[in-house]
Amino acid sequence: MTDAQTAKKPRLPDEHGVPDPFPFMHPLLKKNYGNWDWHDRPRPGVLHHVSKSGDEVWTVRAGTQRQMDVGTIRKLCDIADTVGEGYVRFTTRSNIEFMVGDFSKVPALISALGAEGFPVGGTGNSVSMISHTQGWLHCDIPGTDASGVVKSLMDMMHHEFTHEEMPNRVRITTSCCQINCGGQGDIAINVQYTKPPKINHDLVANVCERPAVVARCPVAAIRPALVDGKPSLEVDEKKCVCCGACYPPCPPMQINGADSTRIAIWVGGKHSNARSKPTFHKLVVANLPNNAPRWPEVEEVVRKILYAYKDNAKHFERMGEWIDRIGWPRFFELTGLAFTKHHIDTWVGARHNMNMSAHVRF
Amino acid sequence: MTGEAPGNGTKHPTPLLDELESGPWPSFVTGLKRLRDSGGKQYAAMMNDLLGQLEHSYTNRLGYWKGGTVSVFGYGGGVIPRFSEVAEKFPESKEFHTLRVQPPAGYHYTTDLLRKFCDVWEEHGSGLIALHGQSGDIMLQGCKTENVQKAFDAVNEMGFDLGGAGPALRTSMSCVGHARCEMSMYDEVKAHRSMINEFLDEMHRPSFPYKFKYKFSGCPNDCVNAIHRADFAVIGTWRDDMKVNQDEVKAYVAKQGRKYTIDHVIAMCPTRALSLNDDDTLDVDNRSCVRCMHCLNVMNKALAPGDDRGATILIGGKRSLKVGDLMGTMVVPFFKLQTDEDYEELVEFARTIMEFFAENALEHERIGETIDRIGLPTFLKGVGIEPDPNMVKHPRTSSYVRTDDFTDEADKYFERKAREQAAE
Repeated sequence: MTDAQTAKKPRLPDEHGVPDPFPFMHPLLKKNYGNWDWHDRPRPGVLHHVSKSGDEVWTVRAGTQRQMDVGTIRKLCDIADTVGEGYVRFTTRSNIEFMVGDFSKVPALISALGAEGFPVGGTGNSVSMISHTQGWLHCDIPGTDASGVVKSLMDMMHHEFTHEEMPNRVRITTSCCQINCGGQGDIAINVQYTKPPKINHDLVANVCERPAVVARCPVAAIRPALVDGKPSLEVDEKKCVCCGACYPPCPPMQINGADSTRIAIWVGGKHSNARSKPTFHKLVVANLPNNAPRWPEVEEVVRKILYAYKDNAKHFERMGEWIDRIGWPRFFELTGLAFTKHHIDTWVGARHNMNMSAHVRF
Repeated sequence: MTGEAPGNGTKHPTPLLDELESGPWPSFVTGLKRLRDSGGKQYAAMMNDLLGQLEHSYTNRLGYWKGGTVSVFGYGGGVIPRFSEVAEKFPESKEFHTLRVQPPAGYHYTTDLLRKFCDVWEEHGSGLIALHGQSGDIMLQGCKTENVQKAFDAVNEMGFDLGGAGPALRTSMSCVGHARCEMSMYDEVKAHRSMINEFLDEMHRPSFPYKFKYKFSGCPNDCVNAIHRADFAVIGTWRDDMKVNQDEVKAYVAKQGRKYTIDHVIAMCPTRALSLNDDDTLDVDNRSCVRCMHCLNVMNKALAPGDDRGATILIGGKRSLKVGDLMGTMVVPFFKLQTDEDYEELVEFARTIMEFFAENALEHERIGETIDRIGLPTFLKGVGIEPDPNMVKHPRTSSYVRTDDFTDEADKYFERKAREQAAE
């Protein structure tokens, strides 16, 4: 610390905790808090909620890039102040919502958002914004860049964001490593490492708490070792599942690399309890190239899956529910993707994922 | 090199990132460049080097940030430190820390509030704000070490507080709920704020074995993904019969057609609890209904939840590290949430769960992994919850279990049921 810093003692924080939202809530939302009756959607991107008091509120939803510069945020504020009513909120998937108490304000909001390049949509049976992670912009262990993958895919799916033409809602996620911070999705685009970590033995002893790294490995493939006389760690490469879990606590165990950082695509994850119980997504393709800045190979596979679903699923079937009905053989046939030994689970409880019946689809 | 210098150097060329400026979706790259090209702003040079480092990542397909220790006076967490590993090439963005700030519950903002955040972040940070991160924080991204305290003081004086990071209670999320949704079965804002604000010490001074997350969804549509993403998921539900407006049911059938209604509402009920009567009214077997929400979602004007409302609580959801993704598992089928006392009891229940976690989880173990390790019955005993058939898909199938106290346990079950019946 400099003299100037030590001289002036920093202020103690006020532990406000979670802020009270009511001072920032649209007056009609506040007035009708807990008293809503029903809603409908006059058009894609617009929600219409009716309260038991008879009050009505219209919400215009638009996509954002999530990672926003102050200019973008102020532009959204200008739109809310000039053609909206000065109140906004954000959805779990980083869409912005403008609430107004008068339907006549909706067209001006839509055109102002359109003029500034914010797509209006993300409601009902559309493809909403991709829920994503930080990637190269800010993460300390990323295999790819979340924002770039998302931008590329949302460009491709722009029509599906602004229209409600899907069988049911489609929730897509991306994650920049196998930890899967992006979460579960109807389609998940996740980094999948394919090689064991490359260890810089000169650094391990000084940088890593070795017992903690050994404990972190999910398959007990890491053990302490003396390498060239230095205390280090070694990896049993036959056991290693290339998950990268050792890399965060021990950066000298580099998991990323041109030969190892690949992308896998998973389908059929679902958060909602509607109809079927929540589900995890399942592997459908691995080993796609991490091809920045546009990831065309990933885009191609996502497009295939998305449109096979759009063309074949019944109304209200989510991706996983559609596959449950038609079966995995038909899914691989419709998407033109390969089924390999790697699709057969080998993790704890894997037998529960096998077909223990004579049910076969031909 | 292209263009004029925003600070001392010249603009880094960004041919790969430039490709992310075309196409109809809003471009984060255009936003980053706007900050770089902002002329006299204090962050212009930092954002030039940030773009340079990001382009370097796109070229080499590697990340170049490492962690470290940065915090504000009085707190142990809430700042995500980032130091560049390629600072010699990109010195202005050698420190690029994030402040995680807890948003208003339900993500409500006035434009005035958003503009204040912009002003603070223009003065002390990079001008780049993510709304919102996966944990639900406002992420003020890109701050030099020397500015972290100043930025926090300004945000704190606005009435806002840091969120969680590291082995601690994390920032929580709640759905729009009561504010604008007819499915909302409890007061999400009240639950969210009374729970988290009771345990702020665990957020600001990390001392847990590992992270602990709460999420609040007002109904089983689970719009904040609580079952997958939260150690402690609070999902709104109801106990009595769903409400049916038969005139609206008839109007729905008249509009959509009988075949459509049968195929898309009746036949999609997961427990065959619905039947369409010959007069186009709806017959509901409420004891078989599992509160999945499908028919309520689809026949929004005709159907509504009942009046005896509360929440279902699931414990143990998490992402892959280290045993694979886990979903929360049902531990409380119904927690009544109507009076102030109910909400206070929920806070006390949360305290019990977190104390169990703090005392029993191994280092770097999430509570879902603890439950896997010790078994759900041991967990239930530890937190004082009696077994309930709603907790399982089906009873055990393995005969390898010691059952010599089975009769005692069965007696307890019957006594409990008798007590519950007497109380109703």
